[in-house]
Amino acid sequence: MNLTSEPIRLLAFVLGVIAFAALNAAYLVWVERKVAAHIQRRIGPKEVGPFGLLQPLVDGIKLMTKQILIPQGIDPVLFRIAPPLLLIPAVMSFVAIPFSEILVAREINLGLLMIFAFASINGLGVLLGGWGSNNKYAVISAARAVSQNVAYEIPMLITVITMVMITHTLNLNDIIRQQSGGFWNWYILRLNANPLMPVSFLIFFVCSLAETNRAPFDLGEAESELIAGYHTEYSGMGFGIFFMGEYANIVIGCSLATILFLGGWQSPLPFLPNGVLWFLLKLYALIFTVIWIRWVFPRTTIYGLLNLSWKYLIPISLFNLILTAAMLKIWPVS
Amino acid sequence: MSGYFAELFSGTKSLAIGMGITFKYMFKPVVTVQYPHETLTMPPRYRGHIELVGDEETGESKCIVCGMCQRACPSGCITVAGEKAEGDKKKVLTKYILDFTTCSLCGSCVESCKPGAITFSKEYNLASRRREDFVIDLLKRLRGKK
Repeated sequence: MNLTSEPIRLLAFVLGVIAFAALNAAYLVWVERKVAAHIQRRIGPKEVGPFGLLQPLVDGIKLMTKQILIPQGIDPVLFRIAPPLLLIPAVMSFVAIPFSEILVAREINLGLLMIFAFASINGLGVLLGGWGSNNKYAVISAARAVSQNVAYEIPMLITVITMVMITHTLNLNDIIRQQSGGFWNWYILRLNANPLMPVSFLIFFVCSLAETNRAPFDLGEAESELIAGYHTEYSGMGFGIFFMGEYANIVIGCSLATILFLGGWQSPLPFLPNGVLWFLLKLYALIFTVIWIRWVFPRTTIYGLLNLSWKYLIPISLFNLILTAAMLKIWPVS
Repeated sequence: MSGYFAELFSGTKSLAIGMGITFKYMFKPVVTVQYPHETLTMPPRYRGHIELVGDEETGESKCIVCGMCQRACPSGCITVAGEKAEGDKKKVLTKYILDFTTCSLCGSCVESCKPGAITFSKEYNLASRRREDFVIDLLKRLRGKK
């Protein structure tokens, strides 16, 4: 058996990606708690291991040893199918993400499209989980999360279309290769392609926050009114998988922003070597920003959320699209 | 239309300011005190339960057993007793019991004390499950301190 053959390589990669997603979910919780604590001038987890570094492990063991309760009156199929439906697309999306030029499970021509196709399954997972729970809070939360996803997918996809018009490709690795040779070549600063490029990045970032139901758009899990949101009825690892899926989605959203706008694995200066380190550095800087934002802004109302999308993000991204098209027509990017 | 953009810009700016403030706070020193492991020293005007003040030279209580504190106490939580030794002019304190269960820390006793024999302590570790723990023998406490 040849260990380097394509299926085995792919399998190994997917296993690695699942481990990466799980580790991220575990340790991002720790990072989140530490950042939250220091913003509020507290200490955060510190008792379990040095700096509380073993806290995620203990939390994981706790979740795994808990009984998975199946409440009465639920939809038995939908209730069980929902958590994997949230996690699996997230893990699948990792297959297309290039961590470095060679460290990619499969260089897919339609990588960008594939990730967005899988990302839209998320909404289904949330909806089925909420509906299958037979709990009014879960249903309200799921409805909110899905309406929010729909509202924010539009400006996000319009921004992505703008990017694709400039890059002429959906292959993520090719998009990164176009941004070689220093940070001024990253798409966020390519003002000759579109003077509103930083705004595009901002729109994309805000939309990915909303898509992943992160604060300040975490209406789906507004504790004060909806208990915990669509995973109210889930216990033990059922909840754990929802949780992992959410964090995996944050990682994917930030990876995409890194790839599209911040040059992926390209180094910021031409004489520094490219590589996976740059990718991870940019990725975690963005994830840190996501966590940071959560502890700065209070949760919006559902009206504020939809107003932001329909009154600001969609018109601006549409204008952006037209502007890019005009710019491309007048000064074609080589 | 100009209002639209003004709102957009001022809103974005205020968001950025908010993020700047929290970023600065992230690097300020932590204010948490890990209570059982570390404790704060109480400020000078902290009012714990009262305690007897010892004489600087002898260390004995300055109390002259006049009973003013006992009379000033609105809750009647102070019991003072003293005795006059043979041929001695002054009374000597033999018992000073504070029933802290009814004390409201009003400070009338401290104000009424002419010789300045009682003051507020800095004691705050007072949790207990037993009622009797709050009936404090202040004389014993003063001797124990010495």
